[in-house]
Amino acid sequence: MTKLTPVLSAHWDEKDSFTIEGYKRVGGYKAVTKALTMEPDAVIQMIKDSGLRGRGGAGFPTGSKWGFIPQGDNKEHYLVVNADESEPGTCKDMPLLMANPHVLIEGIIIGSYAIRANHAFIYLRGEVVHVFRRVQQAIEDAYKAGLLGKNIGGKGYDLELTLHAGAGAYICGEETALLDSLEGFRGQPRLRPPFPAIAGLYAKPTVVNNVESIASVPAIINNGIEWFQEMGTEKSKGFTLYSLSGHVNNPGQFEAPLGITLREILELAGGIREGHQLKFWTPGGSSTPLFTDQHLDIPLDYEGVSAAGSMLGTKALQIFDETTCVVRAVLRWSEFYKHESCGKCTPCREGTWWLVQMLHDLEAGKGTEADLAKLLDLCDNIAGRSFCALADGAVAPIISSLKYFRDEYLEHQRNGGCPFDRVASTIFKTVGV
Amino acid sequence: MKFTSEQLKIMDSIISRYPRSRSAIMPLLHYVQAIDGYVTERGIETIAEILNLATAEVTAVSSFYTQYRSEPAGEYHVGVCINTLCAVMGGDEIYESLTDHLGIENHETTKDGKVSIERIECNAACDYAPVVMVNWEFYDNQTPQSVKDLVDSARAGNPRPPTRGPSKLRTWKENSEVLAGLNDGLAHEGVSAGSASLLGLQISKNGGRQ
Ligand SMILES: Cc1cc2nc3c(=O)[nH]c(=O)nc-3n(C[C@H](O)[C@H](O)[C@H](O)COP(=O)(O)O)c2cc1C
Ligand code: SF4
Ligand code: FES
Repeated sequence: MTKLTPVLSAHWDEKDSFTIEGYKRVGGYKAVTKALTMEPDAVIQMIKDSGLRGRGGAGFPTGSKWGFIPQGDNKEHYLVVNADESEPGTCKDMPLLMANPHVLIEGIIIGSYAIRANHAFIYLRGEVVHVFRRVQQAIEDAYKAGLLGKNIGGKGYDLELTLHAGAGAYICGEETALLDSLEGFRGQPRLRPPFPAIAGLYAKPTVVNNVESIASVPAIINNGIEWFQEMGTEKSKGFTLYSLSGHVNNPGQFEAPLGITLREILELAGGIREGHQLKFWTPGGSSTPLFTDQHLDIPLDYEGVSAAGSMLGTKALQIFDETTCVVRAVLRWSEFYKHESCGKCTPCREGTWWLVQMLHDLEAGKGTEADLAKLLDLCDNIAGRSFCALADGAVAPIISSLKYFRDEYLEHQRNGGCPFDRVASTIFKTVGV
Repeated sequence: MKFTSEQLKIMDSIISRYPRSRSAIMPLLHYVQAIDGYVTERGIETIAEILNLATAEVTAVSSFYTQYRSEPAGEYHVGVCINTLCAVMGGDEIYESLTDHLGIENHETTKDGKVSIERIECNAACDYAPVVMVNWEFYDNQTPQSVKDLVDSARAGNPRPPTRGPSKLRTWKENSEVLAGLNDGLAHEGVSAGSASLLGLQISKNGGRQ
């Protein structure tokens, strides 16, 4: 049985965990002191050697990303933290920032120092005002404590940190769209190459990292590479936040070594809600192909989930029991992608519109076998033919649900509509309560 | 009508946070909403003027993002999460009962200007589903009845406080000002973390048991 390993979440139960005093009391800002005595390249090497991989979805090695920033180029460099957290099901960065914004700031100072950046940004989704307050206050307090600004810790290193609120656009989580948005444009993805490491914010070398990736850095600096590598699997090292939601007895955040299984997490969380069975789930948000009860023992690390045909993504474990109509679920996600498509390229802009039309008909019982083939064909013309990964995410729930629940789509036709009782899937005993 | 010199000074201070002025366009739009309640024509014109842009460039940005409104929001803007997970667990029922209760539809505002509603996407709180946001503050684990009570209390001028947020719910305009980066001094209020956020930690402290 894998044991939980609270590191980032270790002190969230303290009343003042989000204050600078609360953070310092449990050892906060010691890693900065240590890192600032190291050579920047040694910090990069340490993060490389730790095996830390990006927690924003793609799992790219964090130290390598930092290493791509050209040095001695006489240009400004930037670190931009992606706190857009809008992938459906994903709910780890917001509680982290609410309970401990200082661990992110400490990681930002270390990361910026390593890549020789003197200005960093946090791009926070705009729909979370209290999280904004916490991060903003933490930044102000870090400035007052001499941890941001000029000559940090008396070590001659300068860093400005700017908090920036988004305004409701999922696509701004895509790193190049985020950079356009931060420059004051519509948030639409850029053509790559050039990659942000060469031409990012204001066309200067830029690292974009997820909140959890950067927040994991101080613990690695403090405790060392071996400590980090004791957790996790061969190629997926360390601890991470798994977010359990949906039809379970106890939803919540679980910080565990990479490679824990859903069966283990469910056991810890008290299982699927009483009297019900697991039907389908997402391993890492709605853009990662669905799993079923056949996948309870897949190690939830980057390789394990990929080998089983999905993606670890953001480790957003959304659990649905047998009361949930998969067609309804998939249609709703499709409406999300249609709404969030930025409109830059035709296959995604038009394709997501057609996906929604077809799924509406299928849900209403007006679809046939031939329509299922057409739906898959449409998916084929969207995924891999669009400008960015939003489009791949849009077809993931459709293709995977057809693989496991094809007959449920046809049942809608035989039944002349959805055969499910919607109230049964809610958590209310009777509607109105 | 022009913005006051005090307001223009705040706009300048927003611009000074960025290496390049155009980056300030989003917080400036949040700030215009804090003053006017939505993105007004004078707001667009002023932003264009101080950033040295065409008004069409500012409008192009403001119309791209759903949080920027072209009409006034209610004093209490209620967002019901209808993304799949919340919807399935009861968000759809909450939304339906709320529209019945208020007699308004998506993006509309009650006649008294107090409450507006919006179907919102996943708000990064799925472990508290079904989720409702009022003025972008978290109301966790809602039911149709709890949301009806919530809007009634808001219309009566005494809104129930958020689950994870300040001890008193602020108005939509006041919260827009926070998003423009103006500190309202309320960060210390409210819990560090909700109970679901603490679940794994507590199980771990209990040696693997609940
Ligand atoms: C449509 C779309 C939305 C994304 N949303 C987010 C997000 O909200 N947060 C995030 O960290 N990464 C998001 N990503 C991934 C980012 O593009 C990028 O890979 C990530 O921020 C890199 O950080 P990491 O290496 O630390 O994981 C998104 C990608 C796509 C295609
Ligand atoms: S794939 Fe969709 S979201 Fe991505 S650039 Fe094209 S239209 Fe925009
Ligand atoms: S689906 Fe509603 S908060 Fe995530």
